[in-house]
Amino acid sequence: MVLPPRTAVTGPAAPAPVRPSRSPAVRAAARRPRGRWLSPAAVNAALALAVLYTLFPLVWLVTAATKDAGGLLAGDALSFEGFDLAGNLTRLATEGDGIYFRWYANSLVYAGAGAALCALICVAAGYTFDKYRFPGKEALFGTVLLGVLVPTTALALPLYLLASRTGVVNTYWSVLVPVLVNPFGVYLARVFSAGYIPDEALEAARIDGAGELRVFWSIGLRMVAPGLVTVFLFQFTAIWNNFFLPLVMLSDQRLFPVSLGLYAWHGNAHGEPSFYPLVVTGSLLAVLPLIIAFVTLQRHWKAGLAAGSVQ
Amino acid sequence: MSAKARAAAVLLTPFFALFTVVMVVPIGYAVWLSLFTERQSGLGFGGTHTVFSGLGNYAAALGDPAFRDGFLVLLGYCALYLPLLLAGALTLALLLDSALARARRFFQLALFLPHAVPGVIAALIWVYLYTPRLSPVVAAMESGGVGFDFLSPSGALPSVVNIALWEWLGYNMVIFYAALQAIDRSVIEAATVDGAGAWRVATAVKLPLIRSSLVMVALFTVIGSLQLFTEPLILDQGSGSAVTSSWTPNMYAYTAAFARNDYGLAAASSVLLALAAALLSFCVTRLSGRAARPARGPRPPLAHPKGRP
Repeated sequence: MVLPPRTAVTGPAAPAPVRPSRSPAVRAAARRPRGRWLSPAAVNAALALAVLYTLFPLVWLVTAATKDAGGLLAGDALSFEGFDLAGNLTRLATEGDGIYFRWYANSLVYAGAGAALCALICVAAGYTFDKYRFPGKEALFGTVLLGVLVPTTALALPLYLLASRTGVVNTYWSVLVPVLVNPFGVYLARVFSAGYIPDEALEAARIDGAGELRVFWSIGLRMVAPGLVTVFLFQFTAIWNNFFLPLVMLSDQRLFPVSLGLYAWHGNAHGEPSFYPLVVTGSLLAVLPLIIAFVTLQRHWKAGLAAGSVQ
Repeated sequence: MSAKARAAAVLLTPFFALFTVVMVVPIGYAVWLSLFTERQSGLGFGGTHTVFSGLGNYAAALGDPAFRDGFLVLLGYCALYLPLLLAGALTLALLLDSALARARRFFQLALFLPHAVPGVIAALIWVYLYTPRLSPVVAAMESGGVGFDFLSPSGALPSVVNIALWEWLGYNMVIFYAALQAIDRSVIEAATVDGAGAWRVATAVKLPLIRSSLVMVALFTVIGSLQLFTEPLILDQGSGSAVTSSWTPNMYAYTAAFARNDYGLAAASSVLLALAAALLSFCVTRLSGRAARPARGPRPPLAHPKGRP
């Protein structure tokens, strides 16, 4: 189990171990002539090819978002010919009385509030599993790990059946409450708590007379902040991408998240090609927040994936 | 009750209360619902009433060729997708971890980016890239003399696999890469000094050391595959392709609930799907436990974070 190294509260987390500089013997070995297939050029060319595959659809999304329906259907999508991004954005804002930006706001609420609450709940549970001893602890933690293996989509229909029985179907709550639970987040939080919070710090606070909850709130939570951010990001992505749950729960368009709204528009595009540019431009805007989060918070992603992958 | 016990209870309560409401109760309710079915009363004028049917819904689901075919589709999907994903992500991670790679951070980020794209939008982008009139890809292929109809009956499975591959390749590559980075460098140096080439180091030294990551990714990929829904739904909506409303078991359950209003059948097929996932998880963890640690017997799938027994 590799733990993120302890850092000062304000310091950045550095999950990836720093490579030691290579010894002379290794450098000599690296200079030995090798097969053609393992030349630096070949390795980097292979990686570049993979990058081409992953980025090409995104490049297409950017160029396609600048076209009107005619330009899209002309198939010449990979250029800025017939540039009409402003027109597309205007239509996006006016279509259906500006419903797109309502969907967008809904997504921000679902993902923002949901992920913040979820992260807090997960960290409280993970911290408890790490720092306290109580009877049946590991059995309880085993239940959490079992929860990791439950397919979320298989849960969505039962949740819908339950919600329609209790009358909360087609409300904000029906989409918001289920995403507050993330068993994997509890597992991650436990790992982070073990890595970031030294027991001595908690003991010191106790000696100073702080109560247990006070210790968690002002010492534990602050020290495990990088882990909190990681769980938040993972859950934010999961909720922003969530589709099946809102699809079964919501029938009122004004409650839709952006993914579901775009799906509804895509269904119209068959009979009405003018919806194509709306779907494409709307998709581009819906992808932006996550891409920005990824690029600016790379470290936290890698920390979470590393903590989750190395046993 | 000591202060510590009280604090532990307070901190655990929110999670376990929600866990119960959102996971335990719905599963129990689904099992309960799956035991009942709606019957028309009289001549169909008296509305419907609910009667206990035991395992009738399970028999109905398993007896329905559409449901069984859904599992065949999943089998074909996994057979194509799992090897491609594992081999692709592993190869890229090993290349990135080799001493020869440049611009590691850029490559990681660029390969990881599709994961930032919601599944619905990934599916929409690719459906547009599959559609003959809209797509520069299809146009380029045609001008190159390659004709492949992504939306034809035989093309549906590869089309869905490609969308999933695009979404998950970089994500899993980062997981493997993190595991590779955690390997003690002195082990690799020792092998290099002993004259092992890069290929030999990758296959004989690095691979065995990241076995647990491989198993975990395989496990989550299979569980994810069982839930296949969004991508085929959009393909179905976009093309009139071979994808039907019950192409995967999850689509079958959805159709049962929302098109046929047969909640008993929907619940039963959901329960069967969850059981299939549980069974698969159990098999994968048992097999990997035995394969990885023949000497010490199986270990739980996830070791205690602190490594204490």
